[in-house]
Amino acid sequence: MGLLVNAITYNRAPKLLAAYAALVFAFLYLPIVVLIVYSFNGHGVGGFPPRDLTLDWYRQLFTDDAIWASVVNSLVVAIASVCIALALGIPAGLALDRANFPGKGIFRRLVLLPLVLPGIITGLSLLLLFREADVRLSLVTVILGHGTALISIATTEVFAGLQKLDRAHEEASLDLGATYWQTFWRVTLPNLKLSIIGAALLIFTLSMDEIAVSFFLIGRDNTLPLEIWGRLRRGITPEINAISTLIFVFSLLAIIVWYRLRMRAEAVDNELLV
Amino acid sequence: MFSRAYKLAISLPPLAWVAIFLLVPYGLMFAYSFWSVSSAQNIVHSLSFANYAELLSHRVYRQTLLRSAWIAARVTVLSLLLGYPLAYLLSFHAVRKKNVLYQLVIIPLWVSYLVRAYAWKTILGTDGVLNTVLQFAHVASHPLGFLLYSPFAVVLTLTHIYTPFAFLPIYASLEHISRSLIEASNDLGASRVQTFRRVILPLSLPGVLAGATFAFVLSFGDFLAPLLLGGPSGIMISNIVVNLFGASYRWPLGAAISFCMLSLVLLLLWISGRLEKRWAYS
Repeated sequence: MGLLVNAITYNRAPKLLAAYAALVFAFLYLPIVVLIVYSFNGHGVGGFPPRDLTLDWYRQLFTDDAIWASVVNSLVVAIASVCIALALGIPAGLALDRANFPGKGIFRRLVLLPLVLPGIITGLSLLLLFREADVRLSLVTVILGHGTALISIATTEVFAGLQKLDRAHEEASLDLGATYWQTFWRVTLPNLKLSIIGAALLIFTLSMDEIAVSFFLIGRDNTLPLEIWGRLRRGITPEINAISTLIFVFSLLAIIVWYRLRMRAEAVDNELLV
Repeated sequence: MFSRAYKLAISLPPLAWVAIFLLVPYGLMFAYSFWSVSSAQNIVHSLSFANYAELLSHRVYRQTLLRSAWIAARVTVLSLLLGYPLAYLLSFHAVRKKNVLYQLVIIPLWVSYLVRAYAWKTILGTDGVLNTVLQFAHVASHPLGFLLYSPFAVVLTLTHIYTPFAFLPIYASLEHISRSLIEASNDLGASRVQTFRRVILPLSLPGVLAGATFAFVLSFGDFLAPLLLGGPSGIMISNIVVNLFGASYRWPLGAAISFCMLSLVLLLLWISGRLEKRWAYS
């Protein structure tokens, strides 16, 4: 009876709530729609309604070397940051799960701190470090900044993955004579595959869009967000809308592919369990 | 089951990295806040409280700090007001469409922060989308100037950016509520509003707290939205820091302000941690 009542009262959204949610979605998507529409606007980024629809901005974009150089820089930074954050975040997640050492609580808070701290503080404190150590600012310092800030993502994802993991697998592997190293590579890591891929994707996208930390650590070569920032200040053309639209479409495709993959992986998991 | 060597191997590298790239920099920030700049533009490494004295004696710092907190508070309340009902709807009323709707909330995060902030400029400008529509509908007779280059524009843009961040922890906490509790509440004759007020809301408070902390801290430290959309009346504390580290080359004073911000944020995180513990057990 309770179930029935539940099904009736709780599965039908009250109209008012649904209407409110629709408004919230409208608010979230309004700037994105505007962004995409104005990438085709013949009259620049101002004015309403958009007139003289054109593909000129996309044409201009494809011959704009500075933008593409910054895209390449951003990709390099993002890939390197993923490597650093995973190389340190995976052991950090393991350590939080299974090692005890003095100051563990402080260590956990410190690792996670950049996630909740305004980027300006992470960026500035690292700027002071590089200045005192006489390190010239370049893409390398940006990579170190992103990597450090994003270890938190890998750590939380791996730690969460470990909570769902059955320790018996690792125990069995060790009992059967595998070394710790072999167990790590052949049992622990494969079992954490989904957590690690998820963390890598998240770190990659966060790094691609990061600006507050990069703002302070950048040398002569710009990342894409900083290139856009520079142009925003000079007054922009819809070229920026065009590149953003392209990135948006690519990200959307990536999300769909990732979502499909995960659904399939979960379906396989469920089959194995049954 | 794990040997000492294994435990050392997994803890030492991240420990060392965190010490060098997080702990030392925060320490340096603290040290810098006591240093000064000589007339020859060199950093003088000697202890002085001049920076903190300046922060206390000039009203502009206190005013800007309060304005930033006030902007962040408005962003927090608005993000919760937008994020909570959305999370509630998804968690309790969206049965099959749940995953799709969830992705729809996340997708805006994949559009560059800067570009979304800039799109608001197109919407709010004097010849922008909103003003044209308002005039067309005869709500306004002339373009409304206060929409752009004002604290209003900053609050609106930051709310847009941090609503998904507020939504995520609230949604997670709603999803964790055992559905049998809600059934029990229904069986015992509680109305939907009573069930929400007495069961769902109290159990979701840790999520609300996490979402509020995220929204407040991140918008408090923002400097891009105010630069793009704030105008002179929308300047926030981080903008002052950026200036001190840029053109005016007064790093020690900038470090003193950032250290105050860091302490404030840590205090907030500590309070929210305490509250979360209390709410989780009661």
